[in-house]
Amino acid sequence: MTVTKIASQFFGVIMMSLLPLSLSVAAPLSTERQATLEHLLIQDCGSCHGLRMTGGLGPALTPQLLADKSRESLIATVMFGRPGTAMPPWDALLNEQEAAWMIDRLLQGVTP
Amino acid sequence: MMRRIGTVVLAGLLTACAGQPSTQLRGTGDLGIVIERAAGSVQIVEHSHNTTLARVEGLGDLSHASVVFSRDARFAYVFGRDGGLTKIDMLTAKIDKRIIQGGNSIGGAISQDGRLIAVGNYEPGGVKVFDADTLELVADIPATTVADGSRGSRVVGMVDAPGQKFLVSLFDTGEIWIADFSKSNTPKITRFTNIGDQPYDSMLTPDGRYYIAGLFGEDGMALLDLWHPEKGVKRILDGYGRGSEKLPVYKMPHLEGWTVAGDHAFVPAIGRHKVLVMDTNTWQQTGSIDTVGQPVFVMARPDARQIWVNFAFPDNQFVQVIDSETHEILATLEPGPGVLHMEFTPRGEHIWISVRDKGEVQVWDTATLKKLHTLPADNPSGIFFSDRAHRIGL
Repeated sequence: MTVTKIASQFFGVIMMSLLPLSLSVAAPLSTERQATLEHLLIQDCGSCHGLRMTGGLGPALTPQLLADKSRESLIATVMFGRPGTAMPPWDALLNEQEAAWMIDRLLQGVTP
Repeated sequence: MMRRIGTVVLAGLLTACAGQPSTQLRGTGDLGIVIERAAGSVQIVEHSHNTTLARVEGLGDLSHASVVFSRDARFAYVFGRDGGLTKIDMLTAKIDKRIIQGGNSIGGAISQDGRLIAVGNYEPGGVKVFDADTLELVADIPATTVADGSRGSRVVGMVDAPGQKFLVSLFDTGEIWIADFSKSNTPKITRFTNIGDQPYDSMLTPDGRYYIAGLFGEDGMALLDLWHPEKGVKRILDGYGRGSEKLPVYKMPHLEGWTVAGDHAFVPAIGRHKVLVMDTNTWQQTGSIDTVGQPVFVMARPDARQIWVNFAFPDNQFVQVIDSETHEILATLEPGPGVLHMEFTPRGEHIWISVRDKGEVQVWDTATLKKLHTLPADNPSGIFFSDRAHRIGL
């Protein structure tokens, strides 16, 4: 299982590096992938931050509270986590484009 | 005319009563609650025939909701994320009382005598205690303020303990508290400080003697012997992951009940895909069992012959069953994506598993390791059976 997972991650990385840079930046996320990310955002981010993003062990992530934070630093928090807290790095499971998509969803406000 | 209406109404009421199952006598020993966390509803279920009896709605935000039961096992107290505390009559399937007691809560407990309900809150950090009948506030215990003074510590790991006590751990300030309500409703608080970095959850042994807090911020656990609180909190499993790099933890593990078989206790490692085994006489680690992912719940079947484990994202489609004697993995089951919780029937012949992304609660036979039944449920999370009413620390 773990081997397969690691292999598929490596495969993903290789595939990404084969893509022309412009394409990997420009290609929009598929509708299917967006649905998966939305589910991940509400259910799995929601495990700590609350299904309504009003906070739990992790801080609240409502649009009002995120308003004064830079989008780039929020994306970096998703990708690399916050050492010393329970926020893990998600870079093994998400790429930067996907992390950015999730931050944008949070900035719009999500409801389960 | 008035009299005729009266008669018709009365006849209607009688018919309604006769037709309602709630007026038939039944016990509550086989009842339970399934949390439908996104919908803010719960199902009342029974495990003699594996059916849903009713759904109760309007419970607010049930992210991370948990349940305790009244000592007559008729009422379920549901603790919601939005600070809601809801008392449900499982026989009539109605909300008996509901209050919003805090801003953001994590779980609660019922006192030894069944008269008090305590809730641990993230916001405002602290503990609130209520009369179990009326849900009127009895005591309000603010948490220690965090170092920068901005707020109170988040409170986790709330359990009841013998002697009319509640125990909690403070995530941000690294403390364990005993709140003793045996003398009056103004509790005597005993605070143990510097117990370790970021206690994330706790459990109590079934005899009510040992309280153990898991640490997120460092490798180890904190042990308090309630027979000898004067001896203070002792560090156990210290540095269990020595030398190996921690893996990301995509969901916080839970400690629930006490997973012990013979002289061995089984607990989730943090940041390692392992279940740790320790000797309960010496509290030293005696082994570890490799698992398919980051363990979340590590639960012993009531006869302690098997240990069942579920996992954090992205491995939450699996459940592994461990032989408690040989520590071998007996089976890797795949109930489906989003396994969030498991609950054994009181004597352990079945286990109910919530499978969030399939919208199902599954009933498995623990002897054959086969799935027996499926009940539809809306994003189910916690499953709680009423036999918890009579168990210390649950």
